[in-house]
Amino acid sequence: MSHARSECGTRSGAPSYRLTFDGAAVTALPGQSVGAALMAAGIVSWRTTRREGRPRGLFCGIGVCFDCLITVDGRPGQRACLVPARDGMRLSAEGGDGEGDGEGGGDGDVD
Amino acid sequence: MAMSTDPPMYDVAVVGAGPAGLSAAVGAAEAGLDVALIDAGRLPGGQYWRHDDEHPPHPGHRDGRLFARLRARLHHQRRLGRLHYLPGHQVWLIDRPRPDTGPFTLRLNGPYDTAPVERDRVRARALVLCCGTHDRQLPIPGWDLPGVMAAGGVQALLKGHRTAAGSRAVVAGTGPFLLPVATGLAQAGVRVLAVCEANPVHGWLRHLGGAARVPAKSAEALRYAALMARHRIPYRTRAAVTEILGEDRVRGVRLDSGEVLEADLVALGWGFTPALELPLMVGADTRRDLDGSLVAVVDTHQRTTVPDVLAAGETTGVGGAALAVAEGRLAALTVAAAHRLPVDPRAARRLRATIRHGRAFAAALHGTYPVPAGWTDRLTERTVVCRCEEVTYGELCRARDELGAEDPRTMKLLARPGMGWCQGRICGFAVAAVTASLTGRPATAEDLRPLSARPFAALVTLGELAEMADGDEEPGADAAEESGADGDGEP
Repeated sequence: MSHARSECGTRSGAPSYRLTFDGAAVTALPGQSVGAALMAAGIVSWRTTRREGRPRGLFCGIGVCFDCLITVDGRPGQRACLVPARDGMRLSAEGGDGEGDGEGGGDGDVD
Repeated sequence: MAMSTDPPMYDVAVVGAGPAGLSAAVGAAEAGLDVALIDAGRLPGGQYWRHDDEHPPHPGHRDGRLFARLRARLHHQRRLGRLHYLPGHQVWLIDRPRPDTGPFTLRLNGPYDTAPVERDRVRARALVLCCGTHDRQLPIPGWDLPGVMAAGGVQALLKGHRTAAGSRAVVAGTGPFLLPVATGLAQAGVRVLAVCEANPVHGWLRHLGGAARVPAKSAEALRYAALMARHRIPYRTRAAVTEILGEDRVRGVRLDSGEVLEADLVALGWGFTPALELPLMVGADTRRDLDGSLVAVVDTHQRTTVPDVLAAGETTGVGGAALAVAEGRLAALTVAAAHRLPVDPRAARRLRATIRHGRAFAAALHGTYPVPAGWTDRLTERTVVCRCEEVTYGELCRARDELGAEDPRTMKLLARPGMGWCQGRICGFAVAAVTASLTGRPATAEDLRPLSARPFAALVTLGELAEMADGDEEPGADAAEESGADGDGEP
């Protein structure tokens, strides 16, 4: 299903994907999510909350909680636990609401 | 694949490819039905049989053989063209133009913006909802620090991503699921300082007395006991984490004894919360199960209260994989019988017996590992309850005392818990419990429903909404455009 294995046929091989997080190099194993790759690199948070500016990273780990929102190749608001790492990906931290700078939203005032 | 103007029609759409959904989909296809199996995961197996590309669940462990057989049957039915498997697709909306009759339309998208989506809509004459669960969470002072994770998330990182989330771990909460998480971490080289079980579980094997009819469970319990001993992981009972320590990331935990354990990873789980948005969306009746979770009401055929909608697995009550597989199989037989396909009545009887025993065992587990009474006493003014909207316990208290919020619906409107990105999936149980306790009454299904219903079951884009509003047959063009509409309150 994934092209991932073609890049790294064995599990014992060196990490084969090279990503960046806010410009710094991060490596990832094929099949790892970007969140897992960051955790493996010792990076535990990549978002700050809107109200209190608190750091957040992975919490539920399975796509439920939205704590791990991250910008992937310029697309904000992606769940780091669900996006598979790919070679050359650019990851960047998010502030506030996970919508990138200057945009409101994410919350529901409707109704 | 091009998206046709007429979405394909199936006899049955199964949502979820965990133990229940795999079993239901394979059973329905083998009975002769045209089946769509829709699953958010990239690989079949759900959370329980989560694995990565190179490491399928071990055939000797945790029903691994059962999974291997189900997966082989899944792929066989795919090759025969009877089962259309759609991994990496989440259902965000189900509608049925004519109430209680006619086909359902399921709208699908991918779990992230650039995820490949093969179908954005399917239609089906019947549904089997097997939506699974996630860890139930209780707010604890400091639980929002990075390095604190849901126990299931820690397990998912290990099993699905070959990643240990830390190097010194405390696993805490309640329930038997803490054990595989702890032993999994230890096997990955993580130092596990303790499993802190909040309940007074004396001789936990004995308490699994309900397992007498489920011998596999006793064997499983023994295996974890052996692994805990081999890795020298202390199993502390009546040990509640009262505070999680740290500034910008977790440094440790304080136990109710006052003792501090230094750790860089804290895995928390207090049982499980079934995902009920799809059953609620189609109008199925729900009830509060023994463990306090909202679950779908089903009859002895796995039928919900909505015609042509069935449910199986944790959606009908948390009970584990063996029970889920039996329920999925029974649901398949029910749909087949409704299509006047031949069904062996003895098979249905055997499955019902398995289900009865499984439910009895689940009831014993829920009785042994309840959410500890009085957990709200440990909350402080500043403890975050809703992580998304950063609503504190103090704010909930003020909404009750000063604004008169006495039910979760009013609490949501006045203090905003459950109104953020996750829509109450994480805090819903806690907000219901806190609101009820502030008003001096036990939480009911009425308290849970407003925190479990969602207008959309997954994040949607403006493009997808516009397409739906227009009745436009073209697929949404701009999937990059994020909408805030996922964050709506009540439907």
